[in-house]
Amino acid sequence: MSNFTRRGLIKTGATVGAGLAMPTFITSPLAAYTNAPTGGSVTLGFNVPQSGPYADEGADELRAYKLAVEHLNGGGDGGMMNTFSSKSLTGNGILGKKVEYVTGDTQTKSDAARASAKSMIEKDNAVMITGGSSSGVAIAVQGLCQEAGVIFMAGLTHSNDTTGKDKKANGFRHFFNGYMSAAALAPVLEARYGKDRNAYHLTADYTWGWTQQESIAAATEAKGWNTVNNVLTPLATTDFSSYVAPVLNSGADILVLNHYGGNMINSLTSAVQFGLRDKIVNGKNFEIVVPLYSRLMARGAGENVKGIFGSTNWHWSLSDEGSKAFVKSFGTKYGFPPSQAAHTTYVQTLLYADACERSGTFNPCGVSEALEGFKFDGMGNGPTEYRAEDHQCFKDVLVVKGKENPTSEFDVLEVVEITPRAQVEYSADHPMFAGGALGKCNPGA
Amino acid sequence: MDAILLQILNGLDKGSAYALIALGLTLIFGTLGVVNFAHGALFMLGAFCAVSLQKLMSVSKITIDPSQLDFLGKPLKVKTPYVVEWFGPKFGNAIIDWNVPLAIIVAIPVMLLVGYVMERGLIKHFYKRPHADQILVTFGLAIVIQELVKANFGANPIPTPAPDQFVGSYNIGALIGLDASYPYWRLIYFAFSAIIISSVFAFLRFTTFGMVVRAGMADRETVGLLGINIDRRFTIMFGIAAAVAGLAGVMYTPINSPNYHMGMDFLVLSFVVVVVGGMGSLPGAVLAGFLLGVLESFASMNEVKGFFEMLYLPSIDQIIIYLVAIIVLLTRPRGLMGKAGVMEE
Repeated sequence: MSNFTRRGLIKTGATVGAGLAMPTFITSPLAAYTNAPTGGSVTLGFNVPQSGPYADEGADELRAYKLAVEHLNGGGDGGMMNTFSSKSLTGNGILGKKVEYVTGDTQTKSDAARASAKSMIEKDNAVMITGGSSSGVAIAVQGLCQEAGVIFMAGLTHSNDTTGKDKKANGFRHFFNGYMSAAALAPVLEARYGKDRNAYHLTADYTWGWTQQESIAAATEAKGWNTVNNVLTPLATTDFSSYVAPVLNSGADILVLNHYGGNMINSLTSAVQFGLRDKIVNGKNFEIVVPLYSRLMARGAGENVKGIFGSTNWHWSLSDEGSKAFVKSFGTKYGFPPSQAAHTTYVQTLLYADACERSGTFNPCGVSEALEGFKFDGMGNGPTEYRAEDHQCFKDVLVVKGKENPTSEFDVLEVVEITPRAQVEYSADHPMFAGGALGKCNPGA
Repeated sequence: MDAILLQILNGLDKGSAYALIALGLTLIFGTLGVVNFAHGALFMLGAFCAVSLQKLMSVSKITIDPSQLDFLGKPLKVKTPYVVEWFGPKFGNAIIDWNVPLAIIVAIPVMLLVGYVMERGLIKHFYKRPHADQILVTFGLAIVIQELVKANFGANPIPTPAPDQFVGSYNIGALIGLDASYPYWRLIYFAFSAIIISSVFAFLRFTTFGMVVRAGMADRETVGLLGINIDRRFTIMFGIAAAVAGLAGVMYTPINSPNYHMGMDFLVLSFVVVVVGGMGSLPGAVLAGFLLGVLESFASMNEVKGFFEMLYLPSIDQIIIYLVAIIVLLTRPRGLMGKAGVMEE
């Protein structure tokens, strides 16, 4: 006699159905870690702004990701894989598995970015998430990846908090941060503009703006500057005339624009329109400083950026072998030089793949161990180290200024100084980075 | 006093943009009874007329200069705009430099046509539908236009500078013994807005066409019964409203580099302006535009913000317009100059 009963069949069916319907990362106790690749391929999740104000940066990041995948799978000329000091990557995918990818649109909104990352993890079985333009987005997605048990390789995020109070064991940042920008810029500003200066800050009112302003104010005050005022401007502001007008009668002779993207373009345009750069205040020429530059944004500001100092993580005009290899690969494929956003995302993808190869696993804890304290070179920034304590890369920083006589539409910034790593380094328990704990890596099991 | 003068000028300047957009919105609402959420997109399209003309003028002849190298180390491709090639460096560069004023000439027919096509092609099918349907379809249209512009021009702002002669600022405060420099182009924008607004009012007031339109706004049915094709006139008014928004957009480009989203940034505020001014009231829209622009500017002064922060009202500059709107609607439910019967059926 058969043991099958109608009731038993329904129970079994419901159990199996529920199990199949459950997101992979909830069922991961069966696997060693979330989304362990089982077939001949491995899926990476590229989470970039494909719409919204940073869509152009997102598009450049996506180009770089696609180039990195091509190189990892043995296509193209290999780019920076040829100059990377680690020789684990052979063009045979990652750990012998062909690299595939899915993309998500962050819309430069934290909730949308988390939703797209969650979808890539749960539905597409992405074993690693990378991307993000905007620190708010990066911090939100980093938190999600920590909970889900996948590695997050941050893209363009410059807030101190990403590897400061909001750092996570599963998150890694190659891009520099507000503190490093300030540490590199302050001596150059002192040398050019002198010690006795009064600075007025306009600051984007979110995590990046706050930490950038705190960093640059502290660094310049240490050089003798006085901070006259710091005015927070909402991220959605488009017309900055009301914020710029009070600068005229504030007694300040320097305006620091802690703005990025469209904010930077519009605030700088307003400042120039109000004639700030033509003014003499306290017997000195009035000057404007933009602590974080982006070539894509500098193009948007047009003539207004000429002669204005700032910092950047990388620039296509660098002459080291890694940069040259990347510019050649990217330029040949797309017809124009890569941005710093493209550079950092390309490097992050290669670094992740290399860490998998060296650790012999996709397990986030193995990958994390391989990245912590990892020292490398040949990726465009000179000798670099992923510090184990906070998962922040330490390397040289570029001080740049808007070029006076550009030769092409891409030639808008010139490198003024390559500030050595030692000058921008800080201790892991620095007060500006305090308040959070790295925690333990989460494999999702 | 210098700071106050600057904020008054800032407010009038912001108010100019609000008033121009709100004027167009009110014209469309008053004539066709349509709540047009695509009006911000028309403002943006006007701005992109200037961007397109700039791109057209920068179409270049490419020559290879072996003495210079590009970023890949290949001989540099040197671009010389055809305008410069044809008219010589002096006149050619002057044409490129005067792109924005020249774009006005281009924008007028383009925006009239856009308005005509929009009204005949889509909006006329929604005249008898509820306002909610009109809002949905025009908002959808705005998103489509916005995405098309983004696909063609990218997401980043595109610098579209004013002619060199108007770069920099003028010490307007010196006229009354103060020291307050204000950008030339913003002063021009204010003057330009005043001319456009006056022209629209004069057109409606002193021409036969305007008289018929005003009559139609008051009683469409009766004007129709008199044998006048009021629909045709209203379609033309839609085109004129689109052109007004477009011109506001063209002239705005040197103030803030245009991007695909700029229309949406103005749209919500402009609707508040229309509601505060009184639905359907053209003078109300203009008055409220300038009033709210000036209030917004004053609210962003550090002293004012500091005062409101003491009253536990931070970021007053972000909410002042909505606060005023609430107060006006509570005390005058039809807005400052609204009339009985509008949107009250």
